[in-house]
This record gives sequence, structure tokens and C-alpha cells, in this order.
Amino acid sequence: MATVRLSFSPAPVHVRTARLVGVAVARRAGVDEALLDEVRLAIGEACTRAVALHRQYGLTELVTVEMSDSGSYTVRVIDHAPIEASIGLTKLPPDELAAESLTEDDLTTGVGFALLAGFVDDLQVRPVEDGPGTEVRMVWPVARR
Amino acid sequence: MELSLATRTVAEHTVLEVGGEVDVYTAPRLRERLIELVDAGARDVVVDLERVEFLDSTGLGVLVGALKRLRTAQGTFGLVCAKEPLLKIFRITALDQVFPIFPTVEAATERDGSGPAS
Repeated sequence: MATVRLSFSPAPVHVRTARLVGVAVARRAGVDEALLDEVRLAIGEACTRAVALHRQYGLTELVTVEMSDSGSYTVRVIDHAPIEASIGLTKLPPDELAAESLTEDDLTTGVGFALLAGFVDDLQVRPVEDGPGTEVRMVWPVARR
Repeated sequence: MELSLATRTVAEHTVLEVGGEVDVYTAPRLRERLIELVDAGARDVVVDLERVEFLDSTGLGVLVGALKRLRTAQGTFGLVCAKEPLLKIFRITALDQVFPIFPTVEAATERDGSGPAS
């Protein structure tokens, strides 16, 4: 089992780094080339969400991305924000997307979740085991080598 | 690739050509440019996404913000996008039902092409 772990301070500039590393490890793990765009987007969305939550709560703790390729390619993005913050993850109906009452931040959150749910067949969002925070766990198949 | 932004005028429309990666880090620059354009009087705005290599939820949020801003200003707002990976993003988020999306700048800038921002 090969595992790569990346931790970064909750700044938007580092999300691109996380995407690049996540895709590089996915390619090395044997994820189909046709899925790599979706892997890139999903890791980016999960990290964007984590960074937004840390900034919202003024947390300076690092966001962690853990990638492993034992049997399948599994990516876990771990934040340390209070768990209540994650409850509002719902897909927005089309007629509400451009509603004046919807703030850009809320729209981005809803759209980000729609992208995660749409691009990741095996997606789990659950509390971390120790302390506050949530883990977004995404799994993709790998080709047999 | 870093975000690139270039503005030109086509058939009385302001066309903003976007290139590179639009994400949580670069989207604020796109938001600023779109606000500048509307503040400067642009009312028929087309955002050309043909050279965009990556677009995330933050970028989509900025585009919806521009659509709303132009709707308030009685303007029009359209997107140019023919790349399947990007079109899939619009479909999955149902934003293909919110934005007028055209395959070419020519189609987007035809008179009555982009229609009222809605």
C-alpha cells in the first residue's frame, strides 16, 4: 500500500497544489486517464470546501489530503471545522441557482457539493474520529496491474 | 496555467476571453474584471470559456454573480463553451438551465443572440 499525505495551510493558493499532487498520484496508481479530469475537479472541490470552512471559523490548522492506492484509489480530505458547518450540503434546484436571495458563497457551496456528488460514484462525508472536523472520502477504481 | 483575461468588442457585445484555471485562488480576479466591465457601462457581456482548462464551483459562482448583476442592469449575459468536460460541469450543476451557452462567439453575439439575462 502506497500512501501520500499532504497537509497545507488553509489558503486558496494551495488548492491547486493539492489538485496537481492528487492527479499525479492517481495516474501513478493506475486510475483510467479518462477519469483524471474528474479526479482533479473532485479533489479541488473537497479542498476548496475545507479551506472555506477553516477560513469561516478562523482556523489556522492544516487541511490534510491523504491518498492511497491499495486496491482502489482513495482520497481523504480532512478539515477541522465544527461538524454543524457541514450539514448544509444539499444540491440546489435549478430555479434557485440564480435567485437574488442566494449569496455567492452559498451558491458556491451548493454547486461544489453537486460537483462532488456528480463526479464521484463512491463518496462519503463523515465526522473525523478525533475532535471536530469532517472527512470527505472519495474512491475511484484502478486498472489491474 | 495561470488565469488570463482579455476583453474585446464584437458586434456591440463586450467579449471577455478567459484562459487557464478558474478556481478558488484565481476566481476573485475574474469577479473583479466582470464588475469593472459592468461598472464601466458594458450591458451585453459574453464570457468566452474556450481557453479555460479548469473551472470549479468558485468560478461558477462568479459567473452566476455576473449574470445577476447584468440582469439587474437590464443587460444580457452569455457564455461561449463547446468543450465537453466543461459542458458536463454545467449539466451536473443544472447551471446549463441558468446560462445561455453558445458554441461560438459569433453565435453569442448575434443580435438577440444571448437574449435577456434571466
